[in-house]
Amino acid sequence: MAVVDYYKTLGLSKTASEKDIKKAYRKLARKYHPDLNPNDKDAELKFKEINEANEVLSNPENRKKYDQYGEHWQNSEAYEQSKRQQQQQQRAYQGQSGQAGGYSQHDFEDIFGNMFGGQASGGQRTSRFRGQDFNAELQLDLKDVYEDHKRTLTVNNKNIRITIPAGVENGQTIKIKGHGGKGTNNGPNGDLLIQFSITNTTAFKRDKDNLYATVDLDLYTALLGGDLMVDTFDGKVKLTIKPETQNGTKVKLKGKGFPKYKKAGQFGDLYITYQIKTPTKLTDKEKALFTELQKLR
Amino acid sequence: MEVIDLISITTFCTHYNVPTTFINQLEDYELIEIVVSEQDQYIKVTQINEVEKMMRLHYDLNINLEGLDAVYNLLKRVETLQSEITSLNNKLRLYED
Repeated sequence: MAVVDYYKTLGLSKTASEKDIKKAYRKLARKYHPDLNPNDKDAELKFKEINEANEVLSNPENRKKYDQYGEHWQNSEAYEQSKRQQQQQQRAYQGQSGQAGGYSQHDFEDIFGNMFGGQASGGQRTSRFRGQDFNAELQLDLKDVYEDHKRTLTVNNKNIRITIPAGVENGQTIKIKGHGGKGTNNGPNGDLLIQFSITNTTAFKRDKDNLYATVDLDLYTALLGGDLMVDTFDGKVKLTIKPETQNGTKVKLKGKGFPKYKKAGQFGDLYITYQIKTPTKLTDKEKALFTELQKLR
Repeated sequence: MEVIDLISITTFCTHYNVPTTFINQLEDYELIEIVVSEQDQYIKVTQINEVEKMMRLHYDLNINLEGLDAVYNLLKRVETLQSEITSLNNKLRLYED
Protein backbone atom coordinates (compact mmCIF):
# COMPACT_ATOMS: atom_id res chain seq x y z
CA MET A 1 0.00 0.00 0.00
CA ALA A 2 1.28 3.45 -0.89
CA VAL A 3 2.33 5.68 2.00
CA VAL A 4 -0.05 8.59 2.35
CA ASP A 5 1.57 11.94 2.88
CA TYR A 6 -1.14 14.16 4.35
CA TYR A 7 0.89 17.30 3.76
CA LYS A 8 1.32 16.40 0.13
CA THR A 9 -2.39 15.61 -0.15
CA LEU A 10 -3.17 19.16 0.94
CA GLY A 11 -0.28 20.60 -1.07
CA LEU A 12 1.49 21.90 2.03
CA SER A 13 4.93 21.80 3.58
CA LYS A 14 5.49 20.37 7.04
CA THR A 15 5.92 23.87 8.43
CA ALA A 16 2.41 24.92 7.39
CA SER A 17 0.44 26.87 9.99
CA GLU A 18 -3.05 25.93 11.19
CA LYS A 19 -4.38 28.75 9.04
CA ASP A 20 -2.56 27.36 5.99
CA ILE A 21 -4.07 23.91 6.59
CA LYS A 22 -7.57 25.31 6.95
CA LYS A 23 -7.13 27.42 3.82
CA ALA A 24 -5.72 24.55 1.74
CA TYR A 25 -8.45 22.21 2.92
CA ARG A 26 -11.22 24.66 2.09
CA LYS A 27 -9.77 25.32 -1.34
CA LEU A 28 -9.45 21.63 -2.20
CA ALA A 29 -12.79 20.71 -0.63
CA ARG A 30 -14.50 23.26 -2.86
CA LYS A 31 -12.73 21.78 -5.84
CA TYR A 32 -13.47 18.12 -5.14
CA HIS A 33 -16.70 18.16 -3.09
CA PRO A 34 -18.97 15.36 -4.45
CA ASP A 35 -21.92 17.75 -4.68
CA LEU A 36 -19.91 19.91 -7.06
CA ASN A 37 -18.62 16.95 -9.06
CA PRO A 38 -21.60 14.73 -9.72
CA ASN A 39 -20.74 11.24 -11.03
CA ASP A 40 -17.00 11.91 -10.77
CA LYS A 41 -15.46 8.97 -8.93
CA ASP A 42 -11.95 10.45 -9.02
CA ALA A 43 -13.18 13.61 -7.33
CA GLU A 44 -14.98 11.56 -4.71
CA LEU A 45 -11.82 9.62 -3.92
CA LYS A 46 -9.75 12.79 -3.79
CA PHE A 47 -12.31 14.39 -1.48
CA LYS A 48 -12.03 11.45 0.91
CA GLU A 49 -8.25 11.77 0.88
CA ILE A 50 -8.25 15.49 1.63
CA ASN A 51 -10.84 14.98 4.37
CA GLU A 52 -8.66 12.34 5.98
CA ALA A 53 -5.62 14.58 5.72
CA ASN A 54 -7.52 17.50 7.21
CA GLU A 55 -8.90 15.44 10.08
CA VAL A 56 -5.38 14.54 11.12
CA LEU A 57 -3.56 17.78 10.43
CA SER A 58 -6.22 20.15 11.75
CA ASN A 59 -6.03 18.52 15.15
CA PRO A 60 -2.76 19.76 16.77
CA GLU A 61 -2.38 16.65 18.89
CA ASN A 62 -2.88 14.25 15.99
CA ARG A 63 -0.68 16.37 13.79
CA LYS A 64 2.13 16.16 16.35
CA LYS A 65 1.85 12.39 16.41
CA TYR A 66 1.71 12.24 12.64
CA ASP A 67 4.85 14.41 12.40
CA GLN A 68 6.64 12.13 14.85
CA TYR A 69 5.49 8.70 13.70
CA GLY A 70 4.36 9.28 10.13
CA GLU A 71 1.83 6.85 8.73
CA HIS A 72 1.97 4.78 11.94
CA TRP A 73 0.84 7.69 14.10
CA GLN A 74 -2.25 5.83 15.27
CA ASN A 75 -0.25 2.82 16.45
CA SER A 76 2.16 5.14 18.21
CA GLU A 77 -0.52 5.96 20.74
CA ALA A 78 -0.91 2.29 21.59
CA TYR A 79 2.83 1.91 21.69
CA GLU A 80 3.26 4.85 24.04
CA GLN A 81 0.44 3.60 26.23
CA SER A 82 1.89 0.14 26.51
CA LYS A 83 5.29 1.62 27.21
CA ARG A 84 3.82 3.66 30.05
CA GLN A 85 2.04 0.58 31.43
CA GLN A 86 5.23 -1.40 31.18
CA GLN A 87 7.16 1.26 33.07
CA GLN A 88 4.47 1.38 35.76
CA GLN A 89 4.54 -2.39 36.11
CA GLN A 90 8.28 -2.38 36.33
CA ARG A 91 8.13 0.20 39.09
CA ALA A 92 5.45 -1.80 40.93
CA TYR A 93 7.36 -5.05 40.77
CA GLN A 94 10.78 -3.71 41.44
CA GLY A 95 13.48 -6.25 40.88
CA GLN A 96 11.05 -8.94 39.83
CA SER A 97 11.65 -10.44 36.49
CA GLY A 98 8.54 -10.83 34.46
CA GLN A 99 6.85 -10.50 31.14
CA ALA A 100 6.55 -6.99 29.83
CA GLY A 101 2.95 -5.77 29.61
CA GLY A 102 2.12 -6.32 25.95
CA TYR A 103 -0.72 -4.74 24.12
CA SER A 104 -3.35 -6.79 22.44
CA GLN A 105 -5.34 -6.30 19.30
CA HIS A 106 -8.18 -5.11 21.52
CA ASP A 107 -6.07 -2.24 22.80
CA PHE A 108 -5.47 -1.11 19.25
CA GLU A 109 -9.15 -1.35 18.44
CA ASP A 110 -10.13 0.64 21.52
CA ILE A 111 -7.64 3.31 20.65
CA PHE A 112 -8.77 3.49 17.06
CA GLY A 113 -12.34 3.64 18.27
CA ASN A 114 -11.55 6.52 20.58
CA MET A 115 -9.80 8.36 17.83
CA PHE A 116 -12.27 7.87 15.05
CA GLY A 117 -15.54 7.14 16.78
CA GLY A 118 -17.84 10.14 16.76
CA GLN A 119 -15.70 12.85 15.32
CA ALA A 120 -17.28 16.23 14.86
CA SER A 121 -17.22 17.53 11.32
CA GLY A 122 -16.03 21.05 10.80
CA GLY A 123 -17.19 22.11 14.21
CA GLN A 124 -19.83 24.49 12.89
CA ARG A 125 -22.87 22.39 13.71
CA THR A 126 -23.39 19.23 15.69
CA SER A 127 -26.32 18.55 13.43
CA ARG A 128 -27.67 15.40 11.91
CA PHE A 129 -26.20 14.91 8.49
CA ARG A 130 -27.45 12.79 5.70
CA GLY A 131 -24.97 10.08 4.73
CA GLN A 132 -22.93 10.14 1.56
CA ASP A 133 -24.55 8.92 -1.64
CA PHE A 134 -22.89 5.80 -3.03
CA ASN A 135 -22.37 5.44 -6.76
CA ALA A 136 -22.28 2.07 -8.48
CA GLU A 137 -22.22 0.91 -12.06
CA LEU A 138 -24.18 -2.12 -13.21
CA GLN A 139 -23.44 -3.83 -16.51
CA LEU A 140 -26.36 -5.42 -18.25
CA ASP A 141 -27.07 -6.79 -21.68
CA LEU A 142 -29.76 -5.22 -23.84
CA LYS A 143 -31.68 -8.51 -23.63
CA ASP A 144 -31.74 -8.19 -19.82
CA VAL A 145 -33.59 -4.89 -19.92
CA TYR A 146 -36.22 -5.95 -22.43
CA GLU A 147 -38.26 -7.13 -19.45
CA ASP A 148 -38.31 -6.11 -15.77
CA HIS A 149 -35.15 -7.56 -14.35
CA LYS A 150 -34.46 -8.58 -10.77
CA ARG A 151 -30.96 -8.37 -9.32
CA THR A 152 -29.50 -8.88 -5.88
CA LEU A 153 -26.75 -6.47 -4.97
CA THR A 154 -24.49 -6.49 -1.94
CA VAL A 155 -24.11 -3.07 -0.39
CA ASN A 156 -22.42 -2.58 2.99
CA ASN A 157 -22.56 -6.35 3.50
CA LYS A 158 -26.32 -6.30 3.06
CA ASN A 159 -28.09 -7.95 0.19
CA ILE A 160 -30.66 -5.79 -1.48
CA ARG A 161 -33.00 -7.04 -4.14
CA ILE A 162 -33.83 -4.53 -6.81
CA THR A 163 -36.14 -4.61 -9.78
CA ILE A 164 -34.77 -2.88 -12.83
CA PRO A 165 -37.70 -1.63 -14.91
CA ALA A 166 -37.78 -2.76 -18.52
CA GLY A 167 -36.60 -0.11 -20.98
CA VAL A 168 -33.88 1.38 -18.81
CA GLU A 169 -31.36 3.27 -20.94
CA ASN A 170 -27.61 3.04 -21.23
CA GLY A 171 -26.11 5.66 -18.89
CA GLN A 172 -29.33 6.07 -16.94
CA THR A 173 -29.10 6.28 -13.16
CA ILE A 174 -31.66 5.00 -10.69
CA LYS A 175 -31.75 5.88 -7.03
CA ILE A 176 -32.23 3.35 -4.24
CA LYS A 177 -33.20 5.45 -1.27
CA GLY A 178 -31.45 4.95 2.06
CA HIS A 179 -28.84 2.45 0.86
CA GLY A 180 -25.93 4.88 0.78
CA GLY A 181 -23.56 5.86 3.58
CA LYS A 182 -24.80 6.07 7.14
CA GLY A 183 -25.97 9.46 8.36
CA THR A 184 -24.08 11.33 11.07
CA ASN A 185 -25.72 11.86 14.46
CA ASN A 186 -28.77 9.79 13.50
CA GLY A 187 -29.17 11.68 10.25
CA PRO A 188 -30.79 9.84 7.35
CA ASN A 189 -28.74 7.46 5.25
CA GLY A 190 -27.56 8.52 1.83
CA ASP A 191 -28.85 6.95 -1.36
CA LEU A 192 -27.39 4.33 -3.64
CA LEU A 193 -27.15 5.62 -7.20
CA ILE A 194 -26.85 2.88 -9.78
CA GLN A 195 -25.77 3.82 -13.27
CA PHE A 196 -26.49 1.29 -16.00
CA SER A 197 -23.99 0.37 -18.64
CA ILE A 198 -25.91 -1.57 -21.26
CA THR A 199 -24.05 -3.60 -23.83
CA ASN A 200 -25.77 -4.55 -27.03
CA THR A 201 -24.83 -7.87 -28.57
CA THR A 202 -27.99 -8.13 -30.67
CA ALA A 203 -28.48 -7.32 -34.34
CA PHE A 204 -30.72 -4.43 -33.35
CA LYS A 205 -29.65 -0.88 -32.79
CA ARG A 206 -31.51 1.08 -30.17
CA ASP A 207 -32.41 4.73 -29.84
CA LYS A 208 -34.49 5.20 -26.68
CA ASP A 209 -37.51 2.90 -27.25
CA ASN A 210 -37.11 2.48 -31.00
CA LEU A 211 -35.15 -0.35 -32.56
CA TYR A 212 -33.47 -0.41 -35.95
CA ALA A 213 -32.43 -3.40 -38.04
CA THR A 214 -31.26 -4.05 -41.58
CA VAL A 215 -32.47 -7.17 -43.37
CA ASP A 216 -31.28 -8.69 -46.59
CA LEU A 217 -33.81 -9.00 -49.42
CA ASP A 218 -33.15 -11.06 -52.51
CA LEU A 219 -33.46 -9.32 -55.87
CA TYR A 220 -36.39 -11.38 -57.09
CA THR A 221 -38.58 -10.77 -54.02
CA ALA A 222 -37.66 -7.08 -54.22
CA LEU A 223 -38.73 -6.97 -57.86
CA LEU A 224 -41.76 -9.21 -57.81
CA GLY A 225 -42.91 -8.93 -54.19
CA GLY A 226 -43.52 -11.74 -51.73
CA ASP A 227 -43.27 -12.69 -48.09
CA LEU A 228 -40.27 -12.41 -45.80
CA MET A 229 -39.76 -13.67 -42.25
CA VAL A 230 -37.86 -11.16 -40.13
CA ASP A 231 -36.59 -11.26 -36.56
CA THR A 232 -37.98 -8.86 -34.02
CA PHE A 233 -36.78 -8.62 -30.43
CA ASP A 234 -39.43 -11.06 -29.22
CA GLY A 235 -39.79 -13.45 -32.14
CA LYS A 236 -40.31 -13.62 -35.88
CA VAL A 237 -42.89 -11.80 -37.99
CA LYS A 238 -43.93 -12.26 -41.61
CA LEU A 239 -43.66 -9.17 -43.76
CA THR A 240 -45.29 -8.69 -47.13
CA ILE A 241 -42.86 -7.18 -49.59
CA LYS A 242 -44.38 -4.93 -52.20
CA PRO A 243 -43.31 -5.49 -55.81
CA GLU A 244 -40.52 -3.16 -57.04
CA THR A 245 -39.21 -2.48 -53.53
CA GLN A 246 -36.15 -0.25 -53.69
CA ASN A 247 -32.86 -0.76 -51.88
CA GLY A 248 -32.81 1.11 -48.55
CA THR A 249 -36.59 1.16 -48.19
CA LYS A 250 -37.63 1.51 -44.55
CA VAL A 251 -40.69 0.00 -42.97
CA LYS A 252 -42.01 0.67 -39.50
CA LEU A 253 -43.34 -2.17 -37.38
CA LYS A 254 -45.45 -0.37 -34.83
CA GLY A 255 -45.09 -1.55 -31.24
CA LYS A 256 -42.31 -4.00 -32.09
CA GLY A 257 -39.57 -1.85 -30.60
CA PHE A 258 -38.21 -1.66 -27.07
CA PRO A 259 -40.43 -1.35 -23.96
CA LYS A 260 -41.06 2.22 -22.84
CA TYR A 261 -39.45 2.91 -19.47
CA LYS A 262 -41.96 2.58 -16.63
CA LYS A 263 -44.87 2.39 -19.07
CA ALA A 264 -45.97 -1.21 -18.78
CA GLY A 265 -47.30 -2.69 -22.00
CA GLN A 266 -46.12 0.21 -24.19
CA PHE A 267 -43.44 -0.32 -26.78
CA GLY A 268 -41.55 1.77 -29.29
CA ASP A 269 -41.34 0.86 -32.98
CA LEU A 270 -39.03 -1.34 -35.00
CA TYR A 271 -37.63 0.16 -38.19
CA ILE A 272 -36.53 -2.34 -40.81
CA THR A 273 -34.31 -1.25 -43.68
CA TYR A 274 -34.19 -3.54 -46.72
CA GLN A 275 -30.82 -4.22 -48.22
CA ILE A 276 -31.24 -5.79 -51.63
CA LYS A 277 -28.74 -8.51 -52.42
CA THR A 278 -27.98 -8.92 -56.08
CA PRO A 279 -27.12 -12.45 -57.20
CA THR A 280 -23.48 -13.37 -57.79
CA LYS A 281 -21.79 -16.19 -59.75
CA LEU A 282 -24.36 -15.98 -62.54
CA THR A 283 -24.66 -18.93 -64.86
CA ASP A 284 -24.50 -18.39 -68.61
CA LYS A 285 -28.23 -18.85 -68.84
CA GLU A 286 -28.87 -16.24 -66.12
CA LYS A 287 -26.51 -13.81 -67.82
CA ALA A 288 -28.37 -14.31 -71.07
CA LEU A 289 -31.73 -13.74 -69.42
CA PHE A 290 -30.52 -10.59 -67.65
CA THR A 291 -29.12 -9.30 -70.93
CA GLU A 292 -32.49 -9.92 -72.50
CA LEU A 293 -34.15 -8.04 -69.65
CA GLN A 294 -31.68 -5.19 -70.09
CA LYS A 295 -32.60 -4.89 -73.73
CA LEU A 296 -36.26 -4.59 -72.80
CA ARG A 297 -35.64 -1.49 -70.65
CA MET B 1 -56.61 16.00 -7.11
CA GLU B 2 -52.84 15.83 -6.85
CA VAL B 3 -51.52 15.19 -3.34
CA ILE B 4 -48.23 16.88 -2.44
CA ASP B 5 -46.18 15.71 0.54
CA LEU B 6 -44.93 18.62 2.60
CA ILE B 7 -42.67 18.99 5.61
CA SER B 8 -42.93 21.93 7.95
CA ILE B 9 -39.89 24.19 7.91
CA THR B 10 -39.74 24.15 11.71
CA THR B 11 -39.59 20.35 11.78
CA PHE B 12 -37.02 20.28 9.01
CA CYS B 13 -34.80 22.91 10.64
CA THR B 14 -35.01 21.28 14.06
CA HIS B 15 -34.02 17.95 12.54
CA TYR B 16 -31.01 19.41 10.73
CA ASN B 17 -30.21 22.01 13.37
CA VAL B 18 -30.20 24.91 10.96
CA PRO B 19 -31.91 28.26 11.46
CA THR B 20 -35.25 28.71 9.70
CA THR B 21 -33.87 31.93 8.21
CA PHE B 22 -31.61 29.76 6.05
CA ILE B 23 -34.66 28.23 4.35
CA ASN B 24 -36.26 31.65 3.95
CA GLN B 25 -33.07 32.96 2.38
CA LEU B 26 -33.06 30.06 -0.06
CA GLU B 27 -36.54 31.10 -1.07
CA ASP B 28 -35.44 34.74 -1.43
CA TYR B 29 -32.86 33.55 -3.95
CA GLU B 30 -35.59 31.50 -5.65
CA LEU B 31 -33.62 28.34 -5.02
CA ILE B 32 -36.57 26.60 -3.38
CA GLU B 33 -40.29 27.09 -3.15
CA ILE B 34 -42.06 27.52 0.19
CA VAL B 35 -45.68 26.49 0.52
CA VAL B 36 -47.77 28.42 3.08
CA SER B 37 -50.77 26.67 4.54
CA GLU B 38 -52.76 27.91 7.51
CA GLN B 39 -49.97 30.35 8.42
CA ASP B 40 -47.37 27.57 8.59
CA GLN B 41 -44.52 27.31 6.12
CA TYR B 42 -43.64 24.06 4.40
CA ILE B 43 -41.29 22.73 1.78
CA LYS B 44 -42.10 19.93 -0.60
CA VAL B 45 -40.66 16.55 0.40
CA THR B 46 -39.30 16.23 -3.14
CA GLN B 47 -37.09 19.26 -2.44
CA ILE B 48 -35.39 17.78 0.62
CA ASN B 49 -32.47 16.33 -1.34
CA GLU B 50 -31.79 19.68 -2.98
CA VAL B 51 -32.01 21.58 0.31
CA GLU B 52 -29.64 19.08 1.93
CA LYS B 53 -27.19 19.63 -0.89
CA MET B 54 -27.40 23.41 -0.46
CA MET B 55 -26.91 23.02 3.29
CA ARG B 56 -23.76 20.98 2.72
CA LEU B 57 -22.39 23.50 0.27
CA HIS B 58 -23.22 26.42 2.57
CA TYR B 59 -22.09 24.98 5.89
CA ASP B 60 -19.33 22.58 4.85
CA LEU B 61 -17.73 24.73 2.19
CA ASN B 62 -18.66 28.18 3.47
CA ILE B 63 -20.27 29.11 0.18
CA ASN B 64 -22.44 32.16 0.71
CA LEU B 65 -25.94 32.43 -0.72
CA GLU B 66 -24.87 34.38 -3.78
CA GLY B 67 -22.30 31.69 -4.51
CA LEU B 68 -24.88 29.00 -3.82
CA ASP B 69 -27.20 30.57 -6.36
CA ALA B 70 -24.46 30.54 -8.99
CA VAL B 71 -23.21 27.05 -8.11
CA TYR B 72 -26.70 25.59 -8.01
CA ASN B 73 -27.59 26.96 -11.42
CA LEU B 74 -24.31 25.77 -12.90
CA LEU B 75 -24.86 22.31 -11.41
CA LYS B 76 -28.27 22.19 -13.06
CA ARG B 77 -26.60 22.98 -16.36
CA VAL B 78 -23.95 20.31 -15.76
CA GLU B 79 -26.73 17.81 -15.07
CA THR B 80 -28.57 18.75 -18.27
CA LEU B 81 -25.37 18.58 -20.30
CA GLN B 82 -24.45 15.21 -18.80
CA SER B 83 -27.80 13.69 -19.73
CA GLU B 84 -27.50 15.25 -23.19
CA ILE B 85 -24.04 13.67 -23.59
CA THR B 86 -25.44 10.28 -22.55
CA SER B 87 -28.29 10.60 -25.02
CA LEU B 88 -25.92 11.69 -27.82
CA ASN B 89 -23.50 8.86 -27.02
CA ASN B 90 -26.35 6.40 -27.31
CA LYS B 91 -27.34 7.92 -30.64
CA LEU B 92 -23.75 7.81 -31.86
CA ARG B 93 -23.64 4.08 -31.16
CA LEU B 94 -26.27 3.67 -33.86
CA TYR B 95 -23.71 4.73 -36.46
CA GLU B 96 -20.50 3.41 -34.88
CA ASP B 97 -21.42 -0.24 -34.40
